Amino acid sequence: MAEATANGLGQHALHATHAEQAAATAVAHAEVHQEHPIKLYLVVWAWLFILSTCSYLVDYFGIHGYLRWSLILIFMMLKAGLIVAVFMHMAWERLAMMYAIILPPILVLVFVTMMVFEADYTLLTRIAFFGPGP
Amino acid sequence: MTETTLTHTGQLDRPKGWRGITADWSSDQRAFKNVSWGKAMMWIFLLSDTFIFGCFLLSYMTARMSTRVPWPNPSEVFALRIGGSEIPLILIAIMTFVLISSSGTMAMAVNFGYRRDRRKTAILMLLTAALGATFVGMQAFEWTKLITEGVRPWGNPWGAAQFGSCFFMITGFHGTHVTIGVIFLIIVARKVWRGDFDIGRPGFFTSRRGRYENVEIMGLYWHFVDLVWVFIFAFFYLW
Repeated sequence: MAEATANGLGQHALHATHAEQAAATAVAHAEVHQEHPIKLYLVVWAWLFILSTCSYLVDYFGIHGYLRWSLILIFMMLKAGLIVAVFMHMAWERLAMMYAIILPPILVLVFVTMMVFEADYTLLTRIAFFGPGP
Repeated sequence: MTETTLTHTGQLDRPKGWRGITADWSSDQRAFKNVSWGKAMMWIFLLSDTFIFGCFLLSYMTARMSTRVPWPNPSEVFALRIGGSEIPLILIAIMTFVLISSSGTMAMAVNFGYRRDRRKTAILMLLTAALGATFVGMQAFEWTKLITEGVRPWGNPWGAAQFGSCFFMITGFHGTHVTIGVIFLIIVARKVWRGDFDIGRPGFFTSRRGRYENVEIMGLYWHFVDLVWVFIFAFFYLW
């Protein structure tokens, strides 16, 4: 009925009825069936343990430089992905929901880039005024 | 469909003036078709919380990049002496495992909730709360250890002064989230145990009838707390 008021035209209203009914059944469907086998959660749980151990071992073995940073980031993204997709059930949501929630945090990367430039500038200024550190 | 009255000119018969503004803005356009309002609002809250933690981590990055003084090595700062040898970051590793385990029990609680297994749901939620409380306890231990070693928001014995303020701000805010989560887990677990969601008993605050979906919404918050810890662990402790 929402679509009908928005379109304001008879034939479109007819169209919208079907869409609305489809949406209504989808509602009932999704709210009943957000249910998955326990085994899935146990597998994800095990993977989270493995990935955490891996990222801890990166520090334990004292890996340094770009290898360290890339390993940390890879393990971090895999863990975050598993938690959001399976534990928070995002993998079974509609695309509209996924984009609304996941896209905005990715845009924070723009802010990160800005602050990287800003931090470099601050460091240069500090070195120029106070010398290259104690 | 009964409310949609089309006049013969093809124009919509909608209320005018202030009533019209209210009616138009509240007209039932629904973006998230198969997500209930409770779940959608929790997701949007979590999104805003993501920005808060994002800003904390960003300011930490800026502070760490712009200081001339070397940053204290977290691997050594958070090491514990167990059995005569220094083990790097061991306390943080244990905290990570505890929090991941609590996420696992929470996911299973949601599952048993939808299967209407009241007993198992409540027990798993209380287990989650217990693991969360353990996490907060270990964090309190960590704070005490660092404070006795002389870490303050304005300085520390090992290097860049900003280390203390970043540490207390980020982990403190995360610990607060865990604490609030534990409190709400206990409240929801009590409701499940009493069978509030089976008989549709009105909630004490909103007086709305709860459903087992409330367990899932609670779970979303709890998994988010775990998610934030994944990022803090990577960027603050391991970097």
